[in-house]
Amino acid sequence: MLKLLALVGFTLSLSQFSFSAEKLVLTGSSTVAPLLGEIAKRFEKSHNDVRVDVQTGGSSRGIADTRQGVADIGMVSRALKPSEKDLTAFTVAMDGIGMIVHSSNPIEKLTQEQILNIYKGKVKSWKNVGGPDKSVTVVNKAEGRSTLELFLKHFQLKPYEIKASVIIGDNEQGIKTVAGNPNAIGYVSIGAAEFSISQGVNIKLLPLNGIVSSTENVRNGRFPLSRPLNLVAKGEVSGLKKQFIEFAKSSEVSDLVRDQYFVSVEQ
Amino acid sequence: MFPLSSENLLVASLKFCAGVCSGIVFLIILFVANEAIPSFTSPGFTAFFTDEAWYPTYNQFNLVPMIIGTLCLASGAVLLSAPLGILSALFCHFYGKGLTLKIYRRIIELLAGVPSVVFGFWGLMVLVPMIAKIAQPGASLLAGVLILFIMILPTMALTADVALEQVPKSLIQGSYALGYTKTRTLLSVVLPSAKSGLAVGFILQVGRALGETMAVLMVTGNVVQIPESVFNPIRALTSNIALEMAYAVDHHRSALFFTGLILILVVLALVLLSHSLQRTADGR
Amino acid sequence: MGDKLFSILVHLSVLVIALVFFAIVGDVAIKGFTAIQWDFIFTEPSRSGREGGVGPILVSTFLLLGICLSIVISLGLGTAIYLNEFTFHKSKFSKIIELSLDILAGVPSIVFGLFGNVLFCKILGLGFSILSGGLTLACMALPLFIRTAQSSLRGIPSEYRSGSKALGFSKATTLIKVTLPVAIPGIIAGLILSIGRAMAETAALIFTSGYVDRMPSSLLDSGRALSVHIYDLSMNISGGDLNAYRSAFLLIIGLLFINFSASTIIKKTLRVEN
Repeated sequence: MLKLLALVGFTLSLSQFSFSAEKLVLTGSSTVAPLLGEIAKRFEKSHNDVRVDVQTGGSSRGIADTRQGVADIGMVSRALKPSEKDLTAFTVAMDGIGMIVHSSNPIEKLTQEQILNIYKGKVKSWKNVGGPDKSVTVVNKAEGRSTLELFLKHFQLKPYEIKASVIIGDNEQGIKTVAGNPNAIGYVSIGAAEFSISQGVNIKLLPLNGIVSSTENVRNGRFPLSRPLNLVAKGEVSGLKKQFIEFAKSSEVSDLVRDQYFVSVEQ
Repeated sequence: MFPLSSENLLVASLKFCAGVCSGIVFLIILFVANEAIPSFTSPGFTAFFTDEAWYPTYNQFNLVPMIIGTLCLASGAVLLSAPLGILSALFCHFYGKGLTLKIYRRIIELLAGVPSVVFGFWGLMVLVPMIAKIAQPGASLLAGVLILFIMILPTMALTADVALEQVPKSLIQGSYALGYTKTRTLLSVVLPSAKSGLAVGFILQVGRALGETMAVLMVTGNVVQIPESVFNPIRALTSNIALEMAYAVDHHRSALFFTGLILILVVLALVLLSHSLQRTADGR
Repeated sequence: MGDKLFSILVHLSVLVIALVFFAIVGDVAIKGFTAIQWDFIFTEPSRSGREGGVGPILVSTFLLLGICLSIVISLGLGTAIYLNEFTFHKSKFSKIIELSLDILAGVPSIVFGLFGNVLFCKILGLGFSILSGGLTLACMALPLFIRTAQSSLRGIPSEYRSGSKALGFSKATTLIKVTLPVAIPGIIAGLILSIGRAMAETAALIFTSGYVDRMPSSLLDSGRALSVHIYDLSMNISGGDLNAYRSAFLLIIGLLFINFSASTIIKKTLRVEN
């Protein structure tokens, strides 16, 4: 016990010295966190005596922490809702959501109606949409995830209408689940899917409303299912916070945005 | 100053350690309960058991399928790993010797330290596709039971190992002297005398099975439903917290903390049960 | 005949466990060992961990483990000794403590994470830090350690203690000279279990020690643990699989090293005592 107290005392006294640097804390979306981690490192390089700590956890945590002041800046992987207008959003990148199936699946496209029926459980076999006589494994996202919200909005579905066979959390889990199951269908971030395909992972992207699912079509705005990746802040943004947000939106980091397979929005 | 002998000081500081340790539990329960309390007024306590389903963003909060799923998962894993763990400990004490034993012990210790993520990763890449070949979708109660079984096995084997260590050698020699065979000695002398140590291992692994999050999340499919066969996907209470907590607000958030509270209560009930079992066993 | 059958059963189950081990660890070792180089251990991760190494992450992991173990050993050993040597088995206080420990063992790791986040990061003001993470890990590993240490203490024949008492030794002297040395192998076994639990933990650390992958400059810095890194690479970063395997391989090598040194320590201490 004494050891513990000594340890706490020691570190607290240490911290008095080492905390002369200015510090920014970011929390929020696990989709955005890896990108901002890299941006933060580059920002630190050009700004001595500044430390930017990026924490993950989810969009709503980003919102809650920013409101409470636990975080200086929140990361949110969707547009702000009307109830969140007390915060200001700054879009740093765009991301599209595309339908994926296993690469051995002969299906090349599905209509809006067919996708709806698959997710509602009305179509149970690939045969009914022109595929082999195999039952469909419907991969859905967990409640509350922004990808799910966007998907529901686009297809005008209610969560209780979906008859899922597998429910997943993060993006990569979706890709791995579909890659491991020849009869699965799911929806994931297009950039991540494109990259996985280029690495030889057994999935393929299906077009949506006849528009090819590609980062290119997200960039030119033709793709119907896309979302902004936002930084959010409370009140007036000034000083270091402002510097960092502007840096994150600038062309100085667009290579980092592309490197995470997102679409950069810098003008 | 009070007359403090070194012995009193020692006892006092040891007592303090013990107090701190049990204090942690009360703090945790207090914290979880405090966060869960808003859910008692809305959606209300009965909603967790009588609502039609679990759609928290649409005010549907039924937890029953997840409670059943969790119990199936944990009991399946424990029933598989307890006998295997005990057999493994018997090997360590009465069958294995030399280098083989040394390597085997190291293997179990290593297995105990493999991160749950690695088990989950392996389950997702190897086990789930394998099960999917037998029955769709692969991610299922069965996959969860198998992964969990592998995860808690080393803990059970190691605690059983320590428990067998404590069996007096004289007891074993006495048994042989009575002309008992090896099997009979092990089954009717060694194991009964190591009973309480084995029980501790058992409780610890039930706890771990109920509380495991990451690996289960990766392989069980997470569909909220009462399983009809082992090939059905299920969602465990812990997965529910891990999947949704980061995105939950208001009622949804306190409902998830209520999920946590239920888990702790289930563990409490199990522990009380095993303690009373132990007491009656000791009392005889 | 019965003996033979039972012997086959025992050996069969051992074989099953060993096979499972080789299936999983072998998979990790084969995929992780390919193209792993020394600088993977020392360099910083880049491109969110897809490239580069795990240097700062290893440092954070060791610091986390250090904090966790120093607390688990001092607090946990104290509690185990108290429960076994200084209290009657049936006392109410000890019953409550044993009960609470067993409950603690069953608390889901994610709940520990949320709890640690509120208590250590917010209320005690430690923020996202290695200190917060280490303390949270200690809470998790305590019951495992105490219960194992306890069962090893319980196994010491009471003649040892009464003999020491007859020689006129005080309880404290008996403890240090007689009881503890005998119990050391069991205590080390408990320690190894705790290290395993701590090294393997992901969910609790994301909320406490955090996600930052740069070199920590103090214990109050946020630092990413190896297991969190593996989780992020395999579940959140497309193209992170190879480095996930490498990190998992390193983790297993690390555990092997810790186990090996622990058992060497046991042997050395035993030789000295004898």
